Amino acid sequence: MNQLLHQVLSGLATGGIYASVALALVMIYQATHLVNFAQGEMAMFATYIAWALMQVGVPYWWAFAITVAGAFVVGVAVERIIVRPVENSPILALVIVFIALLVIFNSVAGWIFTYTIKPFPSPFPAEPLFGNRFMSSHEIGSMAITLIVLLLLFAFFRFTPLGLAMRAAAQNPVSSRLVGIRVGWMLALGWGLAAAIGAIAGIMVAPTVFLEPNMMGGILLYAFAGALLGGIDSPSGAVLGGFIVGVLENVVGVYVGSELKLTFALVVIVGVLVVKPSGLFGKVHVVRV
Amino acid sequence: MSTETTQAAAATFAHAAAAERSALALLEVRGLTAQYGPTKVLHGIDFAVGAGGITTVLGANGAGKTTLLRAVCNMIRTGGEVRLAGERIDGLATEAIVRRGVGHVPDGRGTFMNLTVEENLRVGAHARKDRAEIGVDCERMYTYFPRLKERRRQQAGTLSGGEQQMLAVSRALMLRPRLLLLDEPSFGLAPLIVQQLFEILKAINQAERIGMLLVEQNAAMALALADHAYLLETGRVVMSGSAQAIRSDEQVRRSYLGY
Amino acid sequence: MNPTLDRRKLAGVVVLLVLACALPFVIANYRVFQLTLVLAYSIALLGLNMLTGFNGQISLGHGAFYAIGAYAAAILMDKAGFPYWATIPIAGAVCFVAGFLFGLPALRLEGLYLALATFALGVAMPQILKHKSIEEWTGGVQGIVIVKPDAPAWTGFSQDQWLYFFTLAWVAILFFLGWNLLRGRIGRAMVAIRDQPIAAQAMGVNTAMVKSLTFGVSALYTGIAGALGAIAVQFVAPDSFSFFLSITLLTGVVIGGLASISGAFFGALFIQFIPNIADEISKAAPWAIYGIVLIAFMYVMPTGVAGFVRIVRGRLARRRGAPALR
Repeated sequence: MNQLLHQVLSGLATGGIYASVALALVMIYQATHLVNFAQGEMAMFATYIAWALMQVGVPYWWAFAITVAGAFVVGVAVERIIVRPVENSPILALVIVFIALLVIFNSVAGWIFTYTIKPFPSPFPAEPLFGNRFMSSHEIGSMAITLIVLLLLFAFFRFTPLGLAMRAAAQNPVSSRLVGIRVGWMLALGWGLAAAIGAIAGIMVAPTVFLEPNMMGGILLYAFAGALLGGIDSPSGAVLGGFIVGVLENVVGVYVGSELKLTFALVVIVGVLVVKPSGLFGKVHVVRV
Repeated sequence: MSTETTQAAAATFAHAAAAERSALALLEVRGLTAQYGPTKVLHGIDFAVGAGGITTVLGANGAGKTTLLRAVCNMIRTGGEVRLAGERIDGLATEAIVRRGVGHVPDGRGTFMNLTVEENLRVGAHARKDRAEIGVDCERMYTYFPRLKERRRQQAGTLSGGEQQMLAVSRALMLRPRLLLLDEPSFGLAPLIVQQLFEILKAINQAERIGMLLVEQNAAMALALADHAYLLETGRVVMSGSAQAIRSDEQVRRSYLGY
Repeated sequence: MNPTLDRRKLAGVVVLLVLACALPFVIANYRVFQLTLVLAYSIALLGLNMLTGFNGQISLGHGAFYAIGAYAAAILMDKAGFPYWATIPIAGAVCFVAGFLFGLPALRLEGLYLALATFALGVAMPQILKHKSIEEWTGGVQGIVIVKPDAPAWTGFSQDQWLYFFTLAWVAILFFLGWNLLRGRIGRAMVAIRDQPIAAQAMGVNTAMVKSLTFGVSALYTGIAGALGAIAVQFVAPDSFSFFLSITLLTGVVIGGLASISGAFFGALFIQFIPNIADEISKAAPWAIYGIVLIAFMYVMPTGVAGFVRIVRGRLARRRGAPALR
């Protein structure tokens, strides 16, 4: 029983990471109806930047802030410079561009930082908080950070004019232009935010999985599974889906064996796509012939 | 006076009025062409909207009325000159044109279905710098259209056709535009609702001196509201004049007014 | 089609075949081995192209079928003592079934969602191959070593030369069959489904059957390529078939040209030789090059090298006054 509880709580902590990346994916999906396959590698690259900053002596939270801000800028730049020229191309071309970005970020990271696995520091103390036996301080801390980020984003989209404009631009670009919204820049902003969220997720997960160029591969897959499960066009659904996948991953790992975790993600993805593509909370799209 | 002299006098008067209108024109369009891909829909048309005036463009389905409004906002490929209060706006991006004070109530209403009624209004004010006045303006829209106030927190997609039309008009007004473009606002609405809507448009035009360009199939109602009218047939202007003159024209009465 | 062109094209193919047969005798054994891999890749690329280029179903996980074919051959030779030449059709059949079965649920997935599902397949494959429950067959992380077959005594060829001709024979058969399939009724149905799926259905095309069959055939081709490649390389291990293999195949198809048969050779040459050159710079360089090339091609040459060749030939022909080439 204790073991199960521990796995569930631990699963919630990793679920927070999946939820964040899933949210980043859904943000871009809502605006473009495309999935950014390169999301994980961009996050990994940002994490390396944070590591490099700390290597030259920048204190942890400063490195964190600089990296997240930098990731935002890079996200905007990628959208404006690389994605925009092909934005009206057929879907295969766009998928290929995203895959290309994945490959480029991955290989450049390997080139600059080599493929040796590096440890990554956690800002939270090594001893468990209040001496509890269920969650490490890092797990609690990372979950707290994840929740804060998610809440801030929610508030931004719900209560600020810019957030409203971004939501409008994602839903209905034509009408958005008719109220004066610069839809292209809203898209770029979305990419910037998604990249920033990814960077935070990468920094939070690196202490656990260790820093190496392929560290986000599995996480991206789980984030996909979570986003699909919750509903690829529902941000709150994606977040919930991320947490569910996190918990399930650990529970399945205990009872079925941890070597099949990626297969589990595959099964979830294919299963959701086949049984209910709109996920638990997404909208069902009726295709008019 | 003989008929010829009356007609001559009327023509001179119309010319003078046109010249006067040109001088104060809020919107002046010359040689406007538009195409969808290789298909040309507008073949070089001229028209104008006076400051604070209401101009209507009439025509049957397929005449190019919606295309005309889209062309003014540069939503499709266009040619020719479009001036807003003397300043050239053809060639600018749609959102830039809107930001210069052109509100557009589009064909099909263009409602943001997944935003609430209030959010639809607020997003209409996106281009404005005076954040403080936005709340005041929302309330003003609610006084024009009380039905919207009842449903302010509802998702806009759940509103009826008439309510969405009111919302679309309000949303465009939130911009505090100088010029309001309306694309077939009567479409799919019950006659009583249309009457109410048009009465409110008249009131807004008189109270706030907002110029309006109204594209309509419902000729009778449009001619009652407008002070100037153009008749569009397959992408060309075939007649223009005061609403009064157009309304009493024999041909127009037979073809468009049904009597 | 202009009969003169047909004869010219046929002549071209014959010349290329003759050249291909002569090559192994004038170059070093190592190069022969590399060319054998090029031939194997070209079969895989044709397979992927059928699915993605002609039928419009995006696959980011075709490395998985290559892996299944490779492992099928390895297991049959190592554990069941099959001769190498018998493993090829069996690998093809196994992959056909696997592809068809994956294609069935994939029927409901379009574009992006199919890309996601196949992406997951490609990423998960190495882990599946390493799993303990099938370890005694797959050899787990270490994989399986294959004994290189000898050439029959009467030929006097070296092992590499013999494998080259063996692979070349399969290339000839599979390309001929593929070309026939694609220009026939089923090929037209495939393209119709890609371009106008609803119209195709309304005209009586059994969309579901064609799509699943295409998936199966595509997997069959890629599986045979995997088997041929495995025999040439003499080794299969889970980490050789990572997600990056799927990316390699996709790159090859993009470079060669989507919906082009001859493009498979251009693409195969690229994916075989570029890494060799790029490796000198850094372990990461080949992938960076793939990424940049992919993006560049999407911007500049979306029809790939074969499409580019076609355009150039068209321009030259028009200048000479000959009728425009299709």
